[in-house]
Amino acid sequence: MMITHYLHKIASPAAFYLFCGRCLPWLIALFFIVLALGLYGGLVTAPADYQQGDAFRIIYVHVPAAWMSLFIYLVMAINAAVALIWRIKISEVIVVSSAYIGASFTFLALVTGSLWGKPMWGTWWTWDARLTSELVLLFLYFSIIALYNAYEDKRVASKAISILALVGVINIPIIHYSVVWWNTLHQGATVTKLDKPSIHIDMLIPLLEMAFAFNLYYLISLMQRARNEILKREFNSLWVKKLCQESSNE
Amino acid sequence: MNTKRKKRLLAIVLLVAGVSIAAYLALQSFNENLMYFYSPSDIKAGKAPTNHLFRVGGLVEKNSLIRQEDSLMLEFRVTDQAETIGVQYTGILPDLFREGQGIIARGKLNKNGLFVAEEVLAKHDENYMPPEVADSLKMHNKAQ
Repeated sequence: MMITHYLHKIASPAAFYLFCGRCLPWLIALFFIVLALGLYGGLVTAPADYQQGDAFRIIYVHVPAAWMSLFIYLVMAINAAVALIWRIKISEVIVVSSAYIGASFTFLALVTGSLWGKPMWGTWWTWDARLTSELVLLFLYFSIIALYNAYEDKRVASKAISILALVGVINIPIIHYSVVWWNTLHQGATVTKLDKPSIHIDMLIPLLEMAFAFNLYYLISLMQRARNEILKREFNSLWVKKLCQESSNE
Repeated sequence: MNTKRKKRLLAIVLLVAGVSIAAYLALQSFNENLMYFYSPSDIKAGKAPTNHLFRVGGLVEKNSLIRQEDSLMLEFRVTDQAETIGVQYTGILPDLFREGQGIIARGKLNKNGLFVAEEVLAKHDENYMPPEVADSLKMHNKAQ
């Protein structure tokens, strides 16, 4: 009962706005600490790879970005279902705010993969199942953003993109298992599998730190975007007017 | 949950299930086109196309690379441990190309059963380790 009571409270836009505002400075501080640790570990202390030498270090951006591109989509799809069933405003805001961040991470994963692919594989791009399905993910994010901006009424827009997000969720298992189901140029999973990770522990720890830093970045960016979106949607309500007055008095 | 919400939940479950089934059927029927490469065994079994370009993938057989002195033409053998096939290529090989490593070549079979490649890509595996660890693993394998 306590939890549902708390959830009801936080799900009101005003409470969510204030809650995010209180969390943000702490999250930003933690993000810079973890990012510094991850970058130092990845670029300085981690040993060079036995085959790729120092070129493997792009893994510290590419792999966390690729994980985030999938994870953010899942967060989006879950919130899309919640928004459609319970009509919770905060979930609607999370869906649209996540789409921009998810698109950025997908783009980053594709670009870093391409930069690595040229020297290692011998090609910038190839139409194998992993690369193609990840590109489809980028287009999915783009279409969600475009569809949202096509509607004047943002509650109708949220309903439309929620349905689109749920239709596209099938792409997530396809991306993850593409390297298992089909012969691909892209290698199989190194960390996200049931077996022991096939990466040396000294290389793995900075990778996990970077993944954590990327998650924090998502959380920070999501909260900032969500706050903006809430203000835009609720600009006529009493609490926003009060907030504006308070900040202009300061 | 009230009836309205239950109905919406049911609609979402049906939507996701429907899309999943459609995707499954579509991928099943495209399965062969989604295969990025054929193995030497597939080619020997006659599964590879004869009239257009395709890719062959496998490990470069040890001591099989022959370079021509006066040109960039080279020949090597690709194996999947069961069958092997000869590959001919003119050009510069990627960094990760090594004997014993995985590669993928795109091209066509000629009349003599030699695969004439237009492009050779190196396939990287999912293993990452420092050189010392790789050396000690090699030593260990030799000792066994």
